[in-house]
Amino acid sequence: MGRYVLRRLVQLVPVFLGTTFLIYLLVWAIPGDPFAGKCGDRPCPDAYITRMRAEFHLDDNVVVQYARYLGNLVQGDFGQTFNGTSVGALIAAAYPVTVRLALVALLIEAVIGLAAGVLTGLRSGGYLDNLVLVSTLFLIAIPVFVTGYVLQTVLGLRLGLISPTVSPAAGFGELIVPGFVLGSLSMAYVARLTRTSIAENRRTDYVRTAVAKGLTPRRVVGVHLLRNSAIPVVTFLGVDLGSLMGGAIVTEGIFNIRGVGGLIFRSIQTKEGATVTGVVVLLVVVYLLMNLLVDVLYAVLDPRIRYD
Amino acid sequence: MTDPASLGTAGPLAEASHDLVAGPAATTDGPERPRSLAADAWHDLRRRPLFLLSVGLIAVLLVLAAVPQLFTSVDPSAGDLARSRQAPSAQAWFGYDLLGRDVFARTIHGTRVSIIVGVLATTLTVLIGGSMGLLAGFYGGWIDGMLSRFADVFFGLPFVLGAIVILSTFRESVGAGPVGITALVVLTMSALSWPVTMRIMRSAAIAARNQDYVRAARGLGASAPRVIWRHMLPNCLAPVLVYATIALGAFIGTEATLSFLGIGLRDPVVSWGVMISEARDYLRVAPFLLLFPAAFLAVTVLAFVMLGDAVREAFDPKGR
Amino acid sequence: MTIPPPLDAPLLEVAGLHVEFRTRDGVAKVLNGVDYRVEAGETLAVLGESGSGKSVTANTIMGILESPPGVVTAGSVRYRGEELLTATPERRRDLRGENMAMIFQDALSALNPVFTVGFQIAEQLRTRRGMSRRDAGRRAVELLDQVGIPAARQRVRDHPHQFSGGMRQRVMIAMSLALDPDVLIADEPTTALDVTVQAQIMDLLAELKAERHMGLILITHDLGVVAEVADRIAVMYAGRIVEHADVHTLYSNPCHPYTHALLESIPRVDTKGTQLRAITGLPPNLTRIPPGCPFHPRCPMAVDVCREVVPALALLPGGRSSACLFADELVTR
Repeated sequence: MGRYVLRRLVQLVPVFLGTTFLIYLLVWAIPGDPFAGKCGDRPCPDAYITRMRAEFHLDDNVVVQYARYLGNLVQGDFGQTFNGTSVGALIAAAYPVTVRLALVALLIEAVIGLAAGVLTGLRSGGYLDNLVLVSTLFLIAIPVFVTGYVLQTVLGLRLGLISPTVSPAAGFGELIVPGFVLGSLSMAYVARLTRTSIAENRRTDYVRTAVAKGLTPRRVVGVHLLRNSAIPVVTFLGVDLGSLMGGAIVTEGIFNIRGVGGLIFRSIQTKEGATVTGVVVLLVVVYLLMNLLVDVLYAVLDPRIRYD
Repeated sequence: MTDPASLGTAGPLAEASHDLVAGPAATTDGPERPRSLAADAWHDLRRRPLFLLSVGLIAVLLVLAAVPQLFTSVDPSAGDLARSRQAPSAQAWFGYDLLGRDVFARTIHGTRVSIIVGVLATTLTVLIGGSMGLLAGFYGGWIDGMLSRFADVFFGLPFVLGAIVILSTFRESVGAGPVGITALVVLTMSALSWPVTMRIMRSAAIAARNQDYVRAARGLGASAPRVIWRHMLPNCLAPVLVYATIALGAFIGTEATLSFLGIGLRDPVVSWGVMISEARDYLRVAPFLLLFPAAFLAVTVLAFVMLGDAVREAFDPKGR
Repeated sequence: MTIPPPLDAPLLEVAGLHVEFRTRDGVAKVLNGVDYRVEAGETLAVLGESGSGKSVTANTIMGILESPPGVVTAGSVRYRGEELLTATPERRRDLRGENMAMIFQDALSALNPVFTVGFQIAEQLRTRRGMSRRDAGRRAVELLDQVGIPAARQRVRDHPHQFSGGMRQRVMIAMSLALDPDVLIADEPTTALDVTVQAQIMDLLAELKAERHMGLILITHDLGVVAEVADRIAVMYAGRIVEHADVHTLYSNPCHPYTHALLESIPRVDTKGTQLRAITGLPPNLTRIPPGCPFHPRCPMAVDVCREVVPALALLPGGRSSACLFADELVTR
């Protein structure tokens, strides 16, 4: 097991390097002047540009720049923006908010999705099954920003049940509705995945064996059926945390949440490459580690998986 | 490509498998033959209401995209500021937008771009991901390792953030022409999505490689390209095409999301995403500006997702 | 229990059992009147081709018939005189495992892949007998030992996929014996195994049956497998018992053309040199069973009356029975 994890970690290294280099290349090899608009309406003075280019090593080969960036990153230094703010500090302010939002979304999608999936998987073809089927179809078909705006307008502005925007503190309570919006698409997938998985496993021989052993229906479903059906769902949920954080930008925009989405958006508009790279690199790390976690979890849940 | 008939090119066994000997022990007789399965699936599909509904919807959408003039004679770009944000009326069913352009005409004309973007992005994704997956699955070994790691690099990028970075990086290079913008959006979406297709194709190819008929073909000395093209491809296509159908819907939705964020398509292109993006600031005063393009968008995505669902269920022997 | 069961009631008895499968493609009449019984310490072999209804009968006895599509339309299943088809689901559940247990054909898929075999054996002892985890675990080791699994103490912590096919079937048997049932139904227990392993499992079943004085119902499509261990054989065709006799009588003098054909289709030491003959034709489509005797399209002896009259399972001299109109002519002694 330990060796397996180690080998997977080693395998992650080239992927990490590739992805971050790709991002670095996209952000820093941009044709165009990074200092356009930095000095008000006038073009920046040549002296300033020369100084900044030297300070940020912009005249070096992009590979050399990347290597230097990576070296700093390993020491925990995300670099600085052009006006000297630490990127690390910016990320430290925005990241917890997005993590919290993604966790709320994950929790909501797991609870509602699993419940709906189990109920419909056990009794397919009924009224509830069709209701869930149709509502998941709609959740999948309607873009997240439409769901977000509609909920914000109806719950926030018309009914006054929630504040239409989230305060800078962004407590868990405030994040329930945004979390629902963010997790809605995945919720539909979780529900369908669970339903399919349950419906498939319900007809398996080992479930029949469990019944033949005289176990109560409760135990047949709760122990034998759920345990096996949970495997693909847990896998999905694990990988989804990374996607939720990366996809939070739309939801954050609608509810005015000060997370990484807003940060990256502002940074792109102001051409702050260091911030963009930093945020994306961190998301990639989260994604890769979640993938590793899921692989390990998978092996724990399904003893048939071998580590060789 | 979305025509399920191409999946179900019926073999002569179409009806034979229906003449089944019932009895529970019949299920232990081993898996059905793939050809019979395809024919069976097609037979099954024609009786599914969801399938028929989605095919009907897609047909209508394709007509809208091909000949929008049939449905509206109004120029979607002709604006008159005097009627800015006027509510729906008998004259303009969906009302007028901020610049006084007819929303109905714009929605109808927007179909074409949305569908084109979806179809192109799907085609590109399937071509890139499919061929890489087929090669990785067929050859295995270090080729598989290289291609898989390469795919992981792209897979690791968060989709929306990756798209934002790519689109804003190349935004200035493509200029303001509608063709350039559309091409950039299509390329961006494909670049970030192909790894999924590759993984699906790769697992299908690995499964097919170990099938007896592929081993037999290789044992008889068939060349690698011939084995891949004649034996593996036809048997690996079904899961990829099912995914592609659903992805097509998803791409249309993604285009709208990117436009909504202000980095996707933009004026002068007329698409649902562009319309939604323009409507977002006036949601409270003129909700109909969002409603109509969003409804068309949702119905389109719905149609493709339902189609993909129906095809997948029909092909899944476990589901029956 | 309201009426005390008669003391002389058979251990398990199936009578006139009719089951239909109602599917989209039509109604398949899977069982069309099955009668058999088994007593304690006795082995009944139920023999027939795929789709003849052997397993459906077994599943109906156990109360695990998949429904839909399966529907019992008539008949009765009695355990020690107690009618099971009208019993409450709770009562039937109490009987499962405790009074009647079942072994399935493919132990790999019949055992839950994610739990250790020890857990799966001990589970019943803990939930049904209220045993502690430790005691149940110890009992599981004993059971594995009894069915001949070497190093049971270590192997109890292994998962099903870590066992060989034969060992897996032994695990399955140990699991079915956990609650000391009176009736054991083995549904093609050796079909998925190598020939040498088949014999070992058969011997084990025979041994356990004798030791525990159980009634054993052995379902198989393989005449060779049952010859040594069965006391009586019931031959099934198209959802009916077509012939019923003790093993020696059946082998030496089959009284139904179907049994006759079956015997001719397998190699035997005592008829060396004669040609093996396959049975012509296919088993009937159960959605369209032919009128008259269901075997008539494949029967070499069929005459016009066979196409019209459904022969009942009739008693012949010597305590045997056959569902052929010409059974009397087939009896040589």
